[in-house]
Amino acid sequence: MKAIVTVIGKDKPGIIAGVCTLFAKCDVNILDISQTVMQDFFTMSMLVDLSKATVPFTELSDSLKAKGEEMGVNIRIQREDIFDLMHRI
Amino acid sequence: MHSQKEILSTIEMIDHQHLDVRTITMGISLLDCTSDSVEVTAKKIYDKITRLAKDLVKVGEDIEREFGIPIVNKRISVTPIGIVAASCKETDYTPIAKALDAAAKECGVNFIGGFSALVHKGMTNGDINLINSIPSALSETERVCSSVSVASTKAGINMDAVALMGKIIKKTAQMTADSHGFGCAKLVVFANAVEDNPFMAGAFHGVGEGECVINVGVSGPGVVYHALQKCKGQPFDVVAETIKKTAFKITRMGQLVAQEASRRLGVPAGIVDLSLAPTPEKGDSVARILEEMGLEVCGTHGTTAALAMLNDAVKKGGVMASNHVGGLSGAFIPVSEDEGMIEAVLKGGLHLDKLEAMTCVCSVGLDMIAVPGETSAETLAAIIADEAAIGVVNTKTTAVRIIPAIGKKIGEMVEFGGLLGTAPVMPVHEFSSADFIMRGGRIPAPMHSLKN
Repeated sequence: MKAIVTVIGKDKPGIIAGVCTLFAKCDVNILDISQTVMQDFFTMSMLVDLSKATVPFTELSDSLKAKGEEMGVNIRIQREDIFDLMHRI
Repeated sequence: MHSQKEILSTIEMIDHQHLDVRTITMGISLLDCTSDSVEVTAKKIYDKITRLAKDLVKVGEDIEREFGIPIVNKRISVTPIGIVAASCKETDYTPIAKALDAAAKECGVNFIGGFSALVHKGMTNGDINLINSIPSALSETERVCSSVSVASTKAGINMDAVALMGKIIKKTAQMTADSHGFGCAKLVVFANAVEDNPFMAGAFHGVGEGECVINVGVSGPGVVYHALQKCKGQPFDVVAETIKKTAFKITRMGQLVAQEASRRLGVPAGIVDLSLAPTPEKGDSVARILEEMGLEVCGTHGTTAALAMLNDAVKKGGVMASNHVGGLSGAFIPVSEDEGMIEAVLKGGLHLDKLEAMTCVCSVGLDMIAVPGETSAETLAAIIADEAAIGVVNTKTTAVRIIPAIGKKIGEMVEFGGLLGTAPVMPVHEFSSADFIMRGGRIPAPMHSLKN
């Protein structure tokens, strides 16, 4: 299963590192990543592969949320299907 | 990978424009729950519902978390109880309503629909018992919703049933007088009722449906409103196109949820209902969409045309996004549940007569309207007859969900709470319709029902 992870919030050092470390611990593979910073506002989206993930989706979602709160940004993970269906015919 | 713009636009819709799936409704057939006793029937019903719907709420919540889409309501609809209980020797079906209520609580759903009767041509003994049980059923339960079909394009208007429903609405209001007639917020009178509607209070599981089915109702007035803000001053061709594109996106999400829920519950997916269902929250209003098109207040001249276009564009956009479209599919205009409608009434810009005109071009009817508590049963029946006529002649669903607000005067507010919102008490015509309603009988089906 593939999912999209989005991180939105005020830019500061270590955001990507924080998220990537968490993924490495859970065997979540990052397939693609893009980020922009506009006037200190950080947005990042990642495509990740969860087929070998060692934790269930809901647990991963909770850990990411907690990580986001710790870093003062909003992190969410959503299955890729929603974006496929909404933006592609 | 998707562009960041696409990803962020979806997140923006969910976070700031109230995009949600309004309801996952599990339809359950109760045709195998009949018996000659109300008590036995009630037990069979409770057992069947709690067996089939035990995972409904959990599955809904799981989907919500995995896809990041709020699913506001999880609900159940059942075979009209007027049919299921017809073989019972007792005439009071309230114990069955209580069993439905208990099953809804056990499963964790907030409403259960189907305390219903289909009497558009005539009433069986079971139907009469059901209708007479409505006031006590709605006053003694919390989550049960009731509906009665009194007219159809094929059968005409059952004016005996219309007259009876005027009295039943009045009695239901009186029996729930302590909450200013709240019972009536859970009671809908239909013309051309649909068998697969996932929305309350009018949902029931039609007899043409299968054993168990998942129907999904999407929403999204806030998303359409935001999309229209980007085409200020543009011609209607652009407005219609924008609404279509938005409706497509909203509906695709509903389709995805329907498929997932169906797969996880092991129950066939029925339909996706493409509706714009408002909530009392700011930014989630159908009235504000109409105003965004250039009307100073919803209800002024031009409102019917604006709503007609909105309703049509929503369907055109949504129909390609789902493999089976059904239910009511269109824009809803429930006054108490729409922040913009409430304000329009309070400003004196929206009246009952204009709302009636609006129901000619959208998916439902006079919905969640509070009228003075002293409104007569005959006037209530006449309001139902007018709506039924619109539905029958235009071959569309219409409905009346009207609340005689006991103890409240015109202009006062009635608080229902939650998604049901707040209704300003609206005036009705003072002149009598009593002799008209007293005639009874059946208004024949219109000429264009003879299509064979």
